[in-house]
Amino acid sequence: MKKLLTLVTLLALIVLATSVAAQDAPVELRITWYDDGSEGAVLRDLLDRFEAENPDIKVVVDTIAYQSILEQLPLQVEAGEGPDMARVTNFDAYKGFYLDLRPYVADAAYWEASFAPSVLAALRTADDPADALFGFPNQFTVTGPYINRTLFEQAGVEVPSDTMDAVTWEEWTAAAQAVAEATETQYAIAMDRTGHRFAGPAFSQGATLFNDDGSITIDTPGFRSMAELLVRWHQENLTPAEVWVGAGGSYSPGLPFFINGQLVMYMSGSWQIGALVRDVGDAFDWQAVPNPSGPGGSTGMPGGTMMVAFAETEHPAEVARVMDYLVQVDVLKEFTERTLFIPAHLGLGELNFQTDSAAAQAALVTFANEVPKLSEQAYQLQFGGQAFAINNPIRDRLTQVITGELTLDDAVARIQQDVEDALAAAASS
Amino acid sequence: MAAFLEDPVVIKLILSPFNWLLSTVYHLIIDLVDILMRPLQNALGVRGMAYVFILPNLLVFGIFILFPMLLNFYYAFTGGTELFPENRPFVGMDNLNQLFTCEDFLDPNSCREDLFWRAILNTGGYVISQVALLVFMALITALALNRNIRGRGFFRSVFFYPVLLSPVVVALIWRWILLQDGVLNAILVSLGFERISFLLNAQWAQFWVIIISVWAQMGFFTLILLAGLQAIPTEFYEAAGIDGATAWQSFWNVTLPLLMPNLFVVLVLSLIRAVQVFDQVFNFTGGGPGTATTYMVQYVYTTGFANQTKEYGLAAAASLVMAALLLILTLIQLRLGRRGDIS
Repeated sequence: MKKLLTLVTLLALIVLATSVAAQDAPVELRITWYDDGSEGAVLRDLLDRFEAENPDIKVVVDTIAYQSILEQLPLQVEAGEGPDMARVTNFDAYKGFYLDLRPYVADAAYWEASFAPSVLAALRTADDPADALFGFPNQFTVTGPYINRTLFEQAGVEVPSDTMDAVTWEEWTAAAQAVAEATETQYAIAMDRTGHRFAGPAFSQGATLFNDDGSITIDTPGFRSMAELLVRWHQENLTPAEVWVGAGGSYSPGLPFFINGQLVMYMSGSWQIGALVRDVGDAFDWQAVPNPSGPGGSTGMPGGTMMVAFAETEHPAEVARVMDYLVQVDVLKEFTERTLFIPAHLGLGELNFQTDSAAAQAALVTFANEVPKLSEQAYQLQFGGQAFAINNPIRDRLTQVITGELTLDDAVARIQQDVEDALAAAASS
Repeated sequence: MAAFLEDPVVIKLILSPFNWLLSTVYHLIIDLVDILMRPLQNALGVRGMAYVFILPNLLVFGIFILFPMLLNFYYAFTGGTELFPENRPFVGMDNLNQLFTCEDFLDPNSCREDLFWRAILNTGGYVISQVALLVFMALITALALNRNIRGRGFFRSVFFYPVLLSPVVVALIWRWILLQDGVLNAILVSLGFERISFLLNAQWAQFWVIIISVWAQMGFFTLILLAGLQAIPTEFYEAAGIDGATAWQSFWNVTLPLLMPNLFVVLVLSLIRAVQVFDQVFNFTGGGPGTATTYMVQYVYTTGFANQTKEYGLAAAASLVMAALLLILTLIQLRLGRRGDIS
């Protein structure tokens, strides 16, 4: 019994010492993050400065694969095991789980004035307060193609957009194919494996997903036209099959093929600029070109990443201090200039992008010029709250057409059914 | 200095505080157990204490197996995309109806939930091919390793080694070998052959999925068969030899019948494992190309967790179907096992 008393006393002392130490320890907050380029390092740098000025807060950045942001993080958050903050692109997946920062931030009016209302609203459900501040966009993105200009020059093929204002997808495909053949480059053209990347070209080809009555129709001539073109790229081996066929059910980028010089034209988006500067270097000249045109105009897809806070956090006030720091004009300006991102903040003023790469500077201008051309349908798909139900069925069913499991007719019918099922499931919750 | 440290008195001095600490902790733990157990034993009696000792295991089983099973059953009859049961509307048989609405079960395109039936048919094809090849290869290997060959111990280790590897590691290694720009294609090209799209062609992908799973699992089943072979008394072979039996006759009339209980175990275990195939293939092909290597567990995972719209109810219903299949296989195992005992 005496020994037991000794042990209990010892344990009590340990607990007391630990709790005293814990009182002095800074609050630890976690951000779940993913990297396209070097933005994680820039964020860390900015947070280090924040921590120096706020010794009571320590911010840990957990950098994970983008795939995990799409598939694992929503489950974590829904189960109450999520981080305090995260960088996300699939805003719909976390609706209902965001922390309203309005009561905590120093100047909510600044937040509202700094970003497009529709973008802040993209995080809210109909049940949320109309002025809730759940996060802010730290990057605006536009989809669009890149070309390997060196290969065009080596092939002696004129870059179509050098001389024409409106170049169709068919004309780009033909030009890229001619370059690939002349230079014995492995592939002519590729597109990231996502419904989001496919949507812009489909809208340009004349697809209209959203009807005036709020319903969705997949089967339009424009949608079929782009789908047929994508299938043709595969049938004629113009595109690396690994991207759409070899990726199972996941997102897959065509970037490695472009960086390795195996690809003439690559349909992706503005967020790849940093990676291209870093990984291509001066191996070849690359260039962002305007989105191809078609019956539906010349549109890419808008997009972006949001920094959001989650309601399950145990430290909402501290989370708000971090978010309030990251949203400030000078911090966001530095973040944007160093990461070579297109800003979503409306008042950053003139930007001095920190790169020696002329290609990167030109690409930023090209993508900025694409923004006014984005179609209403494109905005509705991205920010209308239904992208979660549309993008993946398009991606997966078109892959089945490419592999021969479905005809295009069947695929279009299946996409329509998948979209309706997903929307019905979400509505019944 | 070294001599000083070897002095038994010094050693005792150094160790005595450590010994005291260990002894104190040990006695404290025993005292604590005693404080807890003595009243329990007084209340329940010595026989009742058996239940106290199996209680931790029952709790673990209940929390991590029984409760999730019951919850899964409940989810199968609910709809919506909410994670927590209390927020999920009851939909009765809707999920099972959705899975089984089909004009022709052998033509997934005619089914409402075509991906489920693709997964079922893929799993059926995989189970039949993989199990047949696995059992055959394990038997051949066990027979070879049972012979008195040089380096037998080494070969036994070599065949067992893949079993120790994580399925993810196995998948990544083989992916590295079989990619378009992988090792195998590099060898083929260096020998003047064309590249083969091993992972981009449905038939090739299905072929390699089977080969790799056989490679990865064979060692385990070989070991079971080897144990069975070594348990066969040599006198039987000697008697067969005296009767003029050929090697084939010895195998057919002596080895195979006596090995049958082990073969049944191998067959049923490999069948159950094959129906549950997921992690290795998911990391190897992702279920592609298209849905060529998408099996039942992947369908459940994708429907419930990977898709942006998380249809937990549909996934739970699909897992019930899978559980029914596994139950049938287990009953067959029990039935055959009883027959084996009788014979």
